Amino acid sequence: MLDISEIQIIEHDVIVVGAGGAGLSAAIECSSQGLSTGLVCKSLLGKAHTVMAEGGVAAALGNVDNRDHWKVHFRDTMRGGKFLNVWRMAELHAKQAPTRVRELEEWGAVFDRTKKGLINQRNFGGHRYPRLAHVGDRTGLEIIRTLQDHGIHQGIEVYMECTGLDLLQDGDRTSGMVAMWRETGQFVIFKAGAVILATGGGGKGWKVTSNSWEYSGDGHAMAYEAGAELMDMEFTQFHPTGMVWPPSVHGTLVTEGVRGEGGILVNSEGQRFMFDNIPERFASETADTEEEAARWLAGDKDARRPPELLTRDVVARAIRKEVKAGRGSPHGGAFLDIASQRNAEDIKKKLPSMYHQFKVLAELDITTDSMEVGPTLHYMMGGIRVDADTQMSRVPGLFACGECSGGMHGANRLGGNSLSDLLVFGKLAGVGAAQYLQGISTPPKVMDDQAKAVIRNATNILNRESGQNPYLLHEELEENMQSNVGIVRTAELLSAGIAKLESLKKSYKEVKAKGSSQYNPGWHEALALRNLIITAESVARAALLREESRGAHTRLDFPGEQDEWLHYNVVIYKGDDGKMAAGKIEREKPSPELERIANLSIDELEKEVAGEG
Amino acid sequence: MALRSFKLFRGDVAGGQLEDYQIEVDTGMVVLDAILRIQAEQANDLAVRWNCKAGKCGSCSVEINGKPKLACMTRMNEYETDETISVSPIKTFPVIKDLVSDVSWNYEQNKRISPFKPDPSQKDEKGNYRMFQEDIDRIQEFRKCIECYLCQDVCHVLRDHNRKDGFIGPRFMIRLASLDMHPLDTEDRIPAIKEDFGSGMCNITRCCTDVCPEHIQITDNGIIPLKERVVDRFYDPIIWLWKKVFGGKA
Repeated sequence: MLDISEIQIIEHDVIVVGAGGAGLSAAIECSSQGLSTGLVCKSLLGKAHTVMAEGGVAAALGNVDNRDHWKVHFRDTMRGGKFLNVWRMAELHAKQAPTRVRELEEWGAVFDRTKKGLINQRNFGGHRYPRLAHVGDRTGLEIIRTLQDHGIHQGIEVYMECTGLDLLQDGDRTSGMVAMWRETGQFVIFKAGAVILATGGGGKGWKVTSNSWEYSGDGHAMAYEAGAELMDMEFTQFHPTGMVWPPSVHGTLVTEGVRGEGGILVNSEGQRFMFDNIPERFASETADTEEEAARWLAGDKDARRPPELLTRDVVARAIRKEVKAGRGSPHGGAFLDIASQRNAEDIKKKLPSMYHQFKVLAELDITTDSMEVGPTLHYMMGGIRVDADTQMSRVPGLFACGECSGGMHGANRLGGNSLSDLLVFGKLAGVGAAQYLQGISTPPKVMDDQAKAVIRNATNILNRESGQNPYLLHEELEENMQSNVGIVRTAELLSAGIAKLESLKKSYKEVKAKGSSQYNPGWHEALALRNLIITAESVARAALLREESRGAHTRLDFPGEQDEWLHYNVVIYKGDDGKMAAGKIEREKPSPELERIANLSIDELEKEVAGEG
Repeated sequence: MALRSFKLFRGDVAGGQLEDYQIEVDTGMVVLDAILRIQAEQANDLAVRWNCKAGKCGSCSVEINGKPKLACMTRMNEYETDETISVSPIKTFPVIKDLVSDVSWNYEQNKRISPFKPDPSQKDEKGNYRMFQEDIDRIQEFRKCIECYLCQDVCHVLRDHNRKDGFIGPRFMIRLASLDMHPLDTEDRIPAIKEDFGSGMCNITRCCTDVCPEHIQITDNGIIPLKERVVDRFYDPIIWLWKKVFGGKA
């Protein structure tokens, strides 16, 4: 029998789950608000996915082009998100990002500089001006290290290699989380009146992905089980440029910074096919000749941007189209060529880690040869539905920020808007948690029976006599999501995907991890699999419900954006029968001012912000 | 596809041994791919740390045929096709299980370093600091560090002499260098670098530089300049006198 009194208990005002940029930002803010703060992370500190972000952090600092302004950043974000973003979140993000970036510098970040000694900014897809503060192509490393080195002096308790299993609730109020130490396999109960989830995405459900094993949708699944809603889950971003060769690195990210620095996409016939793939919405702001694109790269402010810098959904679909039409590269991608656009020294200076990555992993020199690239599952726009200002979900005391939350990016995220999202909403979640905790008079209790049930579910996986290999089940999940819930979708494919998920759920009940509980990756894999399946199912069900194509969600059976659908978000929640339910909810009306800004032409907006100095 | 032979360390702090595995390997695979395939197909509970699989996070540090390396950036074709590849955990830190070591000592050391402290008077009215690229090039080199701890693993002072009580190790010497050479930082760390962090114990054999996957010139650009700063401070009477009179950093 399980004796609950033998389980370790750790108590804090708030625990933050996940130690990437969002979790670290949230924990730093909680601590500065005077809260006793615990930071729980699956990996070692400083290894979270933020470390892999390459291109930069978007903020309208205006250091390179002084026409930039929060209003232009906001407009770009809404257009990139196909107007489905939560207006208020996009507003907060654009307004606060510059302050957050400057704060990082205060905490020790060392960004690349302009000639005048200010933080340098580079071009990126969907951003009107050079807007991404960066450090070569290792911006994420700079940000996570800065937050880490600052955070460890803020009185935060860090619990490394500790996996969250499920949330605890007193009634519907959050009261903590059960977790497991990976090293020993022992359990721990975190008691806390507020929990901030910052667990990232669930891209590891797909076969070709830039995500690591950590991206198993833990936060999505824990929140779903606790009664929170997941929103916009149908919008999964396929980054257009992942490596396609050799097979073992299929999906590994190639930064958009390559295109930001002038890289062009070419098919097997040597044609720059993006010129044939310019959507009407962006036509007036995109170069339509190679000559104009070249002038833009040379710094001509009157020239329009090359079509390679269109938003990620557009570029990913265009590459797929070329491959389908038989004009792909030898290993089924497109050619990404920076060598013909920049000299070798510039490439090594601006894109050092790409140079290194291709040299070692693909035995290819990007200063002389073209890379082969293709779409890779990179990011989930959807996530836990939260209040735009406080980041609290509909479960009292449960907060979410960063990739595991939804709403900020709408139907498609712009590159560079993730690192800024982490900083802005990480901090706001910390403020939100502090305000919530001030407002509760009686602290929530931890219910022993709940904790026991969570622990029993986890240990059953080890104790079963025999059962399914978790790694092989995971492979089946990846195959299913790749082929049925991929970059283009139909009702038929999605239904087949859901049917397969139902059978995987049955198999999961028989999953068996061999060996002991001590540092046992097979067991960890099996525990993560529950979360992966929940997250994957929420994507498939949301995708089936949204009968239109918008941003990253493409339905072959419902082509084009449908105005009707602009009024709804799809939410996923656990129904009263315990089954996953999908529903449409009507969106809040934007403030007239935000609506006006988003719909101005770029010329009108440029005149307006110039007037504001 | 080719069948390749491996010896992987299996065990924990109480002891263990190299165990034999054979697995089919595809074109372009790195050692980590092979380890993960063995884990999925033959040894589900084989413990190994990894994350990004692209040399950016520094999680998968191990010793491959005795050499400290990132498993994700070591291609299988670096080895002869009939060569057995043996993989062990990094040795300078205690093993937890199989290929995973307890590197918590490093996190404790990082905490001992006093944080960055900029001079607020350097900010302009918009809140911007000014620094010039040529003044930050050298600290950006140090900030490329991915904390794989391979340099700590190979450092003689830590590995052979187990002087973790006296020397903070190359990783943290370059972190100290990145702070000490930061144009905006105002904190004086030179006494601590000498007394608490043991700069004098490094005998500049450059083994750390040799294993750095980020190719940081740890010794020449980081540790040696720090040693010079320590010498200037503590053994140069003119500078000592100058500072007594005028104050400030060297």
